[in-house]
Amino acid sequence: MTSISPEAPLLEVEGLRVSFATQRGLVEAVRGVSFAMGREKLGIVGESGSGKSTIGRALMRLVPSPGVVTGQKLKVGGKDVLSANERDLQGLRGGKIAMIMQDPKFSLNPVMRIGTQIEEAIRMHRRVTRKAARAHAMEALLAVRISNPERVYHCFPHELSGGMGQRAMIAMMLSTQPDVLIADEPTSALDVTVQAQVLAILDDLVSRRGMGLIMISHDLELVASFCDRVLVMYAGRIVETLEASALSRAVHPYTRGLIACLPRLSEASSRLQTMQRDPAWSQV
Amino acid sequence: MRLLRPILAFLASIILTLLGLLAVTFVIGRVIPIDPVLAVVGDRASPQTYAAARAAMGFDLPLYQQFLIYLKNVLSGNFGQSTLTGRPVLEDIKAFFPATIELSSVAIVVGVGLGVPLGVLAGVRSGRWPDHLVRLFGLVGYSAPVFWLGLVGLLIFYAKLDWVGGPGRLDIYYDGLIEPRTGLLLLDSLLAGDTEVFWNAVSHIVLPASILAWYSMAYLSRMTRSFVMAEMKQEYVMTARIKGMSECRVIWRHVMGNVAVPLVTVVALSYGGLLEGSILTETVFAWPGLGRYITESLFNADMNAVLGGTIVVGVCYILLNLLSDLVYRLLDPRAHAA
Repeated sequence: MTSISPEAPLLEVEGLRVSFATQRGLVEAVRGVSFAMGREKLGIVGESGSGKSTIGRALMRLVPSPGVVTGQKLKVGGKDVLSANERDLQGLRGGKIAMIMQDPKFSLNPVMRIGTQIEEAIRMHRRVTRKAARAHAMEALLAVRISNPERVYHCFPHELSGGMGQRAMIAMMLSTQPDVLIADEPTSALDVTVQAQVLAILDDLVSRRGMGLIMISHDLELVASFCDRVLVMYAGRIVETLEASALSRAVHPYTRGLIACLPRLSEASSRLQTMQRDPAWSQV
Repeated sequence: MRLLRPILAFLASIILTLLGLLAVTFVIGRVIPIDPVLAVVGDRASPQTYAAARAAMGFDLPLYQQFLIYLKNVLSGNFGQSTLTGRPVLEDIKAFFPATIELSSVAIVVGVGLGVPLGVLAGVRSGRWPDHLVRLFGLVGYSAPVFWLGLVGLLIFYAKLDWVGGPGRLDIYYDGLIEPRTGLLLLDSLLAGDTEVFWNAVSHIVLPASILAWYSMAYLSRMTRSFVMAEMKQEYVMTARIKGMSECRVIWRHVMGNVAVPLVTVVALSYGGLLEGSILTETVFAWPGLGRYITESLFNADMNAVLGGTIVVGVCYILLNLLSDLVYRLLDPRAHAA
């Protein structure tokens, strides 16, 4: 694993656009997004359809067809993703940048053992023997605080709980030691108590390994408490970038609206706030 | 112990299915307007002879007793005598069935070998020209009548081009040269080390097997296509891509691992369909198989032979189902829990 110098940004994105040619015309899911990130935890929040998940996939050039990714610049660890060929992309995926998805029930292959799936990821990126790959897989399972890796290694996905499945997923995606990890709603399919455990494991591993993490979520409070910096997206564009601690000082009316919509236990109120949208927000 | 219960449940279901099959064949044997006694004694027999034969054949007993006797006979392998060949039906089936097995097996191997990869291609490239091409090719195989394809095939490749052997399993001067051991000519000739007979048998089986294979390929490629399309939308496919796998490996390792589960059942049923449904092909190609045996027996009111053949085909179906169920359990870990 070649590591890049700590001061260089892990990810540089400029003018990223993702569009889908549909029968009802061109749909632009992402409309000119620019940001850079280092070894930090970056949150991307927005409502459904704001383009936040599409950004995650675009960074790996895994937008499903007929989606088209364009932009001025898209670099992962200094490597240009936009001009990379399929072979380079395969080295990049998993090797430099990886992603965990929402629900381990669907994102793990149901007919393959957990251990096999992790080993496969390792052997994609490193020339190691079966035995060494197995040892690495066990380490990865231990790292996500699975106390009995031997058992989980031989399990099929349906034999694990949601929390265990998501830990196995994290183990698999970190087993190749990528520099950037994208977590696309990693806990929204889990119980609240399990959410906290999984987030703690994720937080611990990411900071210990000095990786960059992109946390995609619709949960503003969760992102604010977990990340260093938050990008707020609306209709395919970033409307505001905030330090997570400065969430209360948000200026954009959409962000303020989102915060206002959150129900609070401490305040009695008869009616929840709803968003008053301004068409001007989605104008370029 | 955990495995014992499903196996017992399985056996019970097989026995019930088998009983149902025998009941159906028994009822068919009684309700069709063919008098089995008359078929034996002939229509000029005296009433006394007729009554004696009727009693000897057990037709004067109550129906449930007849059924029990029928059960006992069938289970001990006694399907009765064939009035057409004058031999025990079981002997006839032993002689005819291997020809059908041979034809169907070659057809299913070719059908799977072509149908599955083409179905994967069509599923992955769905909506684009490889998909349209595969579907068109399949549509022709699926919709053109088998007997027509057979006749046209014989006309072109046998009569005009002389690339393949004609009807029958062998040229007439090779007949009876090979000691039947398995009854499968391709295998027997190889076992005997007679390559000349082997190649002659190959030249005869190519055309009928291709036509049956085309039919099953059409079906299998369609099913594979839709299974692949459904699996490609699953999230674990994205996971495999995120790991950095090439599209080829994603498809053959991850997608096909999941597609194989339902596909096994489809292949088994398709094979079962070939075993019973090659009657037209066997007729066109004068193939001395079970389908032709049953048809000819039916035309000659030889009910013992028809029912015996039907039971054999039915048992094959049940066994294939059983086999596909077992393989299904092996391929899908989730099936263990259920």
